[in-house]
Amino acid sequence: MDIAVLLFLSSALFLGWALGGNDAANVFGTAVGTQMIRFTTAAVICSVFVVLGAVISGAGPAETLGRLGAVNALAGSFMAAFSAALAVYVMTKFGLPVSTTQAIIGGILGWNLFSETVTDTDTLFKILSTWVLCPLLAAGFAMVLFKMVTAYLRTSRLHLLRTDAYTRLGLILAGAFGAYSLGANNIANVVGVFVASSPFSDFSVFGLATFTAAQQLFLIGGLAIAVGVLTYSKRVMLTVGSGLMPLSPVAAWVVVVAHSLVLILFASEGLERMLAANGLPTIPLVPVSSSQAVVGAVLGIAILKGGRGIRWNVLGGIGMGWVLTPLLAGLVCFIGLFFLQNVFGQTVYRPVPYVLSEPVLERLERAGVKTDRLGELRGQAFSSARRFRQALGERMALTGDDEAKLMAYAEVDPMAIDPARLPDLETSRLSAGQVQAVRGLTGRTFLHTWMLAEALARESGEWRPREKTTENKAHNKRLRKNLDFVFRTFRVGE
Amino acid sequence: MALTKELALFRRTKSLETEIDDFLDKLSESGMVFEHAVKLYLADGRTEEFDEKLRHVNQLESTADRLRRSVETQLYAETLIPESRGDVLGLLENLDSVLNLFEGALWSFSIETPDIPSEYHADYAALTETAVQGVESLVLASRAFFRNIASVSDHMHKVMFYEKEADKVSTKLKRAIFASDLPLSHKVHLRDFVEHIDNVADRAEDVADRLTIYAIKRTV
Repeated sequence: MDIAVLLFLSSALFLGWALGGNDAANVFGTAVGTQMIRFTTAAVICSVFVVLGAVISGAGPAETLGRLGAVNALAGSFMAAFSAALAVYVMTKFGLPVSTTQAIIGGILGWNLFSETVTDTDTLFKILSTWVLCPLLAAGFAMVLFKMVTAYLRTSRLHLLRTDAYTRLGLILAGAFGAYSLGANNIANVVGVFVASSPFSDFSVFGLATFTAAQQLFLIGGLAIAVGVLTYSKRVMLTVGSGLMPLSPVAAWVVVVAHSLVLILFASEGLERMLAANGLPTIPLVPVSSSQAVVGAVLGIAILKGGRGIRWNVLGGIGMGWVLTPLLAGLVCFIGLFFLQNVFGQTVYRPVPYVLSEPVLERLERAGVKTDRLGELRGQAFSSARRFRQALGERMALTGDDEAKLMAYAEVDPMAIDPARLPDLETSRLSAGQVQAVRGLTGRTFLHTWMLAEALARESGEWRPREKTTENKAHNKRLRKNLDFVFRTFRVGE
Repeated sequence: MALTKELALFRRTKSLETEIDDFLDKLSESGMVFEHAVKLYLADGRTEEFDEKLRHVNQLESTADRLRRSVETQLYAETLIPESRGDVLGLLENLDSVLNLFEGALWSFSIETPDIPSEYHADYAALTETAVQGVESLVLASRAFFRNIASVSDHMHKVMFYEKEADKVSTKLKRAIFASDLPLSHKVHLRDFVEHIDNVADRAEDVADRLTIYAIKRTV
């Protein structure tokens, strides 16, 4: 691997380390703070399960982050992660409880601004709404759980010592679950911005399972978090134990479980499929802040106890952190990118040009988008998404849906089916029929990704998306992933 | 690794629960033996049977001491119930002091062999019964503290009630003693023994007061 790649990934490791040092304290802080579990036990369990969660279930939230802004050059990813890590560090210095989630969002928005990429407002809104939803949900879970547990303890007449032993075991299990969900949900913050520019490629483990490029990234990020837990979280854990509000061990257990439930809710692809299959509204898969979840859960318990002991100034600080952190990270990222590009001569983004070529206009007609007023733009190329959108806006008013279609079809992303790269397909998750279809296109080039996708669909039925129904959602998602893999493999200039 | 340690913890927990229960059994049992011994003394003075009861209480006291020390050491060595072990420690030591009062009173009977006129026997017996009932309620309250925190107060008010009853009996008894024609030295001797017994009820009430606080701390 290139030494530059390692250098660029270092900012992700820095961010992972900071996350391990701070957010892991949310999982085991109360347990260690109340002396129920020793620090070494907590740190080891936490490290192991963070890595497991990151590698096994980290994909969902990472995809959402990728949609917010596909940071497509390594140096850009470096800056986004670095600015986030710096923002977390500075805020922590000022004693403001912050989360890496907000910081990385700020970093990505900074990159979008610099690279003139259009921010997907739907995704941004989705993420912002979870910042309100997450603490509320955590508070709700904590209240219900706390009621249930106290009712159980009242009726079960467990011995004081037995309750203590069960609580200890519960704290260990809940902590392991919490660490797993932290890894699954927050790994996206650490390496999510690197997914689109991943320096790794998929490889198969003894032909049994494929270890995707993203999973390799998640593993590295998970390990960085684990190191953060082992080296830096002790002090934070001890202060969290008494910082928010004095908690009994049973309440501590409730807080950890509520926190973990919320994090896993926002990370579980399985749950999303289940909800979708039953026609229920799905929960967006986004990285949420574990600090907010814990604060929400503690507040829930405080409310049950009549609202005594709530420290309103701490709450105010958290609210300020929500606003300040993304702003700071975005600003640092923007300025940092400027220096990286103009002083150090690094490619911080791969320009994504747009063109309204004949096939694009044809395709738009088929998709039912009126193009008659775009005649004068025919064949014209635009250097960035923002300029293209501006030009469109001057000509005609488009609905959000039509605009999204226009942007997607006109995006230039040249593909060439290079025979030298065909062997890469053998070790991937593609089916034999799918590989055959790609081989059939050997030597051809495509200006847009959708052209390659349609060519593949013509070659083989196995590349055809099914009708959009809830049952077919999983199939189409798998197809999308495989397509992304093909795009990554044959992208010109990769 | 952590799981096997937890399973070992469950075994230790079981044995600790048994030790605490045993300790409370010893306290309750020594109350019953005490009552029996005082009644024997009132009936026949210091007999071989009385000394046998005294030895029994002695033995109960030393067993209870051993159990208490073992529980306390384990609680701290294993960092069990970190937030309430200080309270458990205080509770066990206070309960132990009640047991010491039983033992001390019987030793005084054995050494000083007070001459108790028969007209006071009924009141001495009543005083003893009330004091022992107070301790019995305290034992029940303590068991509830470990197993069923909500019912601690059900037993607590009985401890208070028996203490007041014991006070009434002891005041009445002391008035009767000092109103009699006995020599002052005899009166003072008799009063000392009223107080030996009444102290048990007073101490039980003190421990109950503390237990109330421990229980509140656990429900908050």
